[in-house]
Amino acid sequence: MINSLFLINPSGEIFLEKHWKSVVSRSVCDYFLEAKEKALEPEDVPPVIHTPHHYLISIYRDKLFFLSVIQTEVPPLFVIEFLHRVAEMIQDYFGECSETVVKDHMVMVYELLEEMLDNGFPLATESNVLKEMIRPPTILRSVVNTLTGTSNVGDTLLTGQLSTIPWRRAGVRYTNNEAYFDVVEEIDAILDQSGTTVFAEIQGVVEACVKLSGMPDLTLSFMNPRLLDDVSFHPCVRYKLWESERVLSFIPPDGNFTLMTYHVNAQNLVAIPVYVKQSISFFECGSDGRLDVTVGPKQTMGKTVEGVMVTVHLPKTILSINLTATQGSYTYDNGTKLLVWDIGKLNPQKLPNLRGSLSLQAGAPKPEENPSLNIDLKIQQLAISGLKVNRLDMFGEKYKPFKGVKYITKAGKFQVRT
Amino acid sequence: MLSMSTNNLSYSDQGGTDSAVEVGQETTPTSSNAGAGFGLFSVDFKKNEDLKEMLESNKESLKLEAMKRVVGLIAKGKNASELFPAVVKNVASKNIELKKLVYVYLVRYAEEQQDLALLSISTFQRALKDPNQLIRASALRVLSSIRVPIIVPIMMLAIKEAASDMSPYVRKTSAHAIQKLYSLDQDQKELLIEVIEKLLKDKSTLVAGSVVMAFEEVCPDRIDLIHKNYRKLCNLLVDVEEWGQVVIISMLTRYARTQFTSPWKEDGVFDEHNERAFYESDEEKTRDETEAKPYMMDPDHRLLLRNTKPLLQSRNTAVVMSVAQLYWHLAPKNEVSIVTKSLVRLLRSHREVQYIVLQNIATMSIQRKGMFEPYMKSFYVRSTDATHIKSLKLEILTSLANEANISTILREFQTYVKSQDKQFAAGTIQAIGRCATNISEVTDTCLNGLVLLLSNRDETVVAESVVVIRKLLQIQPTQHSDIIKHMAKLFDNITVPMARASILWLMGEYCERVPKIAPDVLRKMAKSFTSEEDIVKLQTVNLAAKLYLTNSKQTKLLTQYILNLGKYDQNYDIRDRTRFIRQLIVPNDKNGALSKYAHRILLAPKPAPVLESAYKDRDRYQLGTLSHTINTKASGYLELSDWPAVAPDQSVRNVEVIEPVKEWAPSLGKTVKSKPAKSSDDKFYSDSGEEEEKGSGSSSSEDGSSSSSSEESGSDAESHVQKNSSQTSEESDKSSSQSEKSSSESDSEKKERKTKTPLQKKTVKPTAKDCDSDENGNVAKEANSSSAEESSSDSESDSDTHTDSDSGTEHKKKTKSKAKPKVEVKSTKDVSLLDLGDFTPAPVTQHKSSVLSPSLLGDLEGLSLSNVSSTIQLSGPAFVPEKSHDLLHRMTGKGLSAQYQFPRQPCLYQPTMVSVQISLTNTTDHPLEQIHIGDRSPTGLNIHCFNTIECLEPEASVTVFMGIDFNDSTQAANFQLCTKEDHFSVSIQPAIGELLLPITMTELDFRKEQGKLLGMNESSATITMAAENMTSQPISRPVATVANLGMVPSSQDNVHRFAGKTANSGAVVLVTVELRGESTALITINTEKSVMGSMLLRDLKLALAQA
Repeated sequence: MINSLFLINPSGEIFLEKHWKSVVSRSVCDYFLEAKEKALEPEDVPPVIHTPHHYLISIYRDKLFFLSVIQTEVPPLFVIEFLHRVAEMIQDYFGECSETVVKDHMVMVYELLEEMLDNGFPLATESNVLKEMIRPPTILRSVVNTLTGTSNVGDTLLTGQLSTIPWRRAGVRYTNNEAYFDVVEEIDAILDQSGTTVFAEIQGVVEACVKLSGMPDLTLSFMNPRLLDDVSFHPCVRYKLWESERVLSFIPPDGNFTLMTYHVNAQNLVAIPVYVKQSISFFECGSDGRLDVTVGPKQTMGKTVEGVMVTVHLPKTILSINLTATQGSYTYDNGTKLLVWDIGKLNPQKLPNLRGSLSLQAGAPKPEENPSLNIDLKIQQLAISGLKVNRLDMFGEKYKPFKGVKYITKAGKFQVRT
Repeated sequence: MLSMSTNNLSYSDQGGTDSAVEVGQETTPTSSNAGAGFGLFSVDFKKNEDLKEMLESNKESLKLEAMKRVVGLIAKGKNASELFPAVVKNVASKNIELKKLVYVYLVRYAEEQQDLALLSISTFQRALKDPNQLIRASALRVLSSIRVPIIVPIMMLAIKEAASDMSPYVRKTSAHAIQKLYSLDQDQKELLIEVIEKLLKDKSTLVAGSVVMAFEEVCPDRIDLIHKNYRKLCNLLVDVEEWGQVVIISMLTRYARTQFTSPWKEDGVFDEHNERAFYESDEEKTRDETEAKPYMMDPDHRLLLRNTKPLLQSRNTAVVMSVAQLYWHLAPKNEVSIVTKSLVRLLRSHREVQYIVLQNIATMSIQRKGMFEPYMKSFYVRSTDATHIKSLKLEILTSLANEANISTILREFQTYVKSQDKQFAAGTIQAIGRCATNISEVTDTCLNGLVLLLSNRDETVVAESVVVIRKLLQIQPTQHSDIIKHMAKLFDNITVPMARASILWLMGEYCERVPKIAPDVLRKMAKSFTSEEDIVKLQTVNLAAKLYLTNSKQTKLLTQYILNLGKYDQNYDIRDRTRFIRQLIVPNDKNGALSKYAHRILLAPKPAPVLESAYKDRDRYQLGTLSHTINTKASGYLELSDWPAVAPDQSVRNVEVIEPVKEWAPSLGKTVKSKPAKSSDDKFYSDSGEEEEKGSGSSSSEDGSSSSSSEESGSDAESHVQKNSSQTSEESDKSSSQSEKSSSESDSEKKERKTKTPLQKKTVKPTAKDCDSDENGNVAKEANSSSAEESSSDSESDSDTHTDSDSGTEHKKKTKSKAKPKVEVKSTKDVSLLDLGDFTPAPVTQHKSSVLSPSLLGDLEGLSLSNVSSTIQLSGPAFVPEKSHDLLHRMTGKGLSAQYQFPRQPCLYQPTMVSVQISLTNTTDHPLEQIHIGDRSPTGLNIHCFNTIECLEPEASVTVFMGIDFNDSTQAANFQLCTKEDHFSVSIQPAIGELLLPITMTELDFRKEQGKLLGMNESSATITMAAENMTSQPISRPVATVANLGMVPSSQDNVHRFAGKTANSGAVVLVTVELRGESTALITINTEKSVMGSMLLRDLKLALAQA
């Protein structure tokens, strides 16, 4: 299946390679680098490249290319999904996924890759299992290791891989038993110039942080599960029970994990929490234009909208801008023509406004299309769909856990066309 | 060295896991430059010397340090092979981390240093015998990863041993090793297939994915290995790890395409045609055969679809995609759309995932617009999408466009056209063009819109518009001369060569519509000819030629001028073209023949271009595959075969269910029923058990050989049958004629036979084999024996194998009917992730006791009916409820949990008993020993216990059968379930309906019996029921759920009859449900057991009113 993996940085340097079968020369990456040169943006590199003897499947994530070499037919999603798992694993172990982190922990990453695949077929991709085999670095542990001479490689025999619930390691012990659930909803929307919704939907995810001793068996129920239209679960969730009773019943993995993702029924109208008044215009004569953007709260269910940020990709022909913001600050990168206006909290009494002039390069024609605005926002303590967790029950263990639920609404791909 | 180790300490203080390489570089003077450039050989060399020293020291920490640096080198892709001798010495190290690093090194370099690698082999061989499963597994893993051909025999041995290891984890590793060995040495294929065959039988979810992977790699064509494991794989699927699921699903997709008939043909015209051809050889063809047979999905086919469906909710996108493709390729058309939602969900995932999913949706949406239309808005393009995502979304939007939504889509396209991404804008214009051709209502609107775009400032947009307009006009050339005029006007401003060329071509093609403008354009072109691009020049020559033909008066000089220019052009294509055109249009003596046709050659009506999707014929590749993505066949791509016209023998998938046998009443000989069952077609399916039971009548006599022959693969058995039957018929005309006669006797069952296995269809003539499987037990026997007698003189062995394979298939068929209900029960259990440990292994393993039992069961069934009457036959259960009841909860049972259910099979042990299936599960962490049944109460209770289970491993479960004689009462049977240490009192309380056995009879007999049971013996009630239950199917379902009754054919639409007999006394129980008016129904129960009658009536009332 997966022959080799190369990690490549944006400048085209291969800084890690791992082969699970016979060694494939790194010259195979030339095909990829060629395609990368051709593409304007790193995102535009085609994920699947067909070379005379190999197939290259790559992902671009966290400013790194994960390039895998394939020799025979394999579902491309299989490989893509795996590569993302590798990235997530690095993130999980070292806190972030970046070139420096990988270079700093080269040996450990290499060992992890060794454990994740056998002969190119995934062997252990559950983070609980991996962490049992190779412990993630912590400062405390490194001190202990130095003093005692022990290592990060687990010397106890792992059980996770052998048990019927591979996602949970055995013998978990906590003094404070706690289970937290974050219901995070994202609004994906496209608004047109006049502010009418072209398309809007709500995608949600229930992130869990479960630190419970032993083998707890949890049941999470919602007040209004009918809202959920389409769901996908962590493998621990018992699908049958969801089908019949609409409750989430599961033995959780230890630590952080995504319990479920869901899509809210399309029939429900999506509340759009903000409105954007904008006018971007370029004068037909002369090389000048004006920009005027105002953001205000719309349907916020009485909550404050925070972390509002407006991102605009200005046309390439813009020479310079001169804007003033009544609230927050803006940054503009003339190289990428990226304008970011960080507003912060929305105050309904005093609406934030950004206005000023844009100057075009001399002689450049007036841009055909106005750039669209990407909006970012956050609302604490609100799930915009109205989803509510009803209760969480625990079976199988005697102690009483501390439970908590948090709701957050965010903007997903929230775009305003102008 | 000392400084080295102190630095070591400081390094660990900082980060602990920081790659040793980096630190090493800082501390040793040599490696400080090495950090900058490893490439310098001298630096590398010195460094490696240093590493070698460290590796050879006797300090663990130094060795570890060195190994870390070595692995760091490997990770960076540097060569560290010269350290091999120093590294390999550490292979037996006690330090696990060091050992692991050495393994990593070995796997990387063993191929290059084969001789030295052999030094390490003995260590692994020793580790393979280690009591710890993880050490065994890792030893095998590394051993098999060392790509040294010389150790192939050792690997082979290790794999074989590991394949029968106790630990599923080691077995999984061995499945992986199979692939590695195969890629190393293809000659081992046959031996490896044996191991694969063995591992395929494995019941651990851990092994399933890996062994199927090995199967796909080594022997994907050996579909016969899958047959027996098919149902198991389907049932295990949910619990297999996600990567294994992907592999298994794709394998099962291919499997299903070879084994089941297409669910896409409603009437099965094609199949029917085939059958008719077969029956035509038969003189006495019955007319009703020609009627279209409704498609019935193979239950195994359904099983696959049902068990994969929950996986659509997987978080793993690859799993979701593979289920989607499975549904696309296997599910009936009306069921495919359940995958839509999940696919749309994947669009939220990473960019690369989107790319693949969109590609697949693009292919799907061409064939099935309706599937994705409700989700149209999910394909709207965002400015932040990557270019290839944008164009895929466009593609899909175009495919989804129809009369209803076109205005929305066009409005959306309008915004896209203005996009800053010009490539995308051009794509949008093409998409508009496609919409315009597909939907004639909007053609004009689109055309006008495109004409407006001609004044766009961007060249690419204009060029693309011109090209698309040209195509559109070509499709509808009659109108639109004003558009051509408009384009001519814009001609001066357009600079993109392709666009200019397109306009010129349009002018030429429709020059008769714009007679005034075209010569003028030519004039302008004559002026600028030399400075044009080649493609424009060619079209200018073209235009000139066409104008010359239609309007030579005005354009003769211009044409000649242009032809002269072309004659001396630098480009030889243009010179060639000019020469050709000149010869063609300018008449002279030599080539008069051709120039006569010039008009027809140049101005021939041209077929309109077809604007179609690039994804139009992508569906020749299986969806979700790499080949589909790259649109060429990737190496190792396995073609998805077409549906077979006739399904191969489905009995090959039967797993033998062997029941434990304790008591066995000697066979009294079978009651031969000369009267064929008058069951209707659909009844045949529901009561298949009945017929098969009789088929076994003849086969049971050859029991001894049956078990072995039933092991044969289906194709084998088929060919046997075919060969032998033709042989026997040749050899013994007499016997075949006899059998023919007998077969004609049983012609009335032809229709039923038609629906049976294709085995019979394949035999060209109805020979002994045919009659054998007939309803007519005695005829079959006769024919069989006579043919055997005849042929015995010539070739005894032949006839032997003949009968063998015959009975073998009979058995398979029968076991299938037995296995079916079980499979269903299991499947529901497995789907729930609730008790993973609770997985009930197929009962096969538990009972090694007897190979006779399947036929025995048949015998007993035959026996029991002889008690009733010749017209009433015991039939198979119409429906087996999957509900299981708690017998012993794990809390009360100290970890032993037991559930029971009624499999509704006639009890093997005594016909008066009701058989009960009990699943025992050990939820503790220690094995439970000696599970058996202890005291029972009431003491007279007649229970047939299951064999004592010596040991039940933790997390394991077994299914056992027991028989209980409830004495036709619902009094609970109390008994003790004992383990070595404990006794638990349990009780089984049967529902009244479980005390019955289904029987089938004719309507006439039903009435006759009913007539005997009137008055006191009759109880009836009128109920109100919901309207949707008024058809026969929903009624038979709840009735069959409540009570184990057989359907009796009824001549009246509104009257449904069911019949059964009590298990103990054999009293007949007749149920009639008469539908009256809108929503009322009359239930009548006739039985001499009036208590049972009234109880049953109560239950039925509940069930029907509820339903």
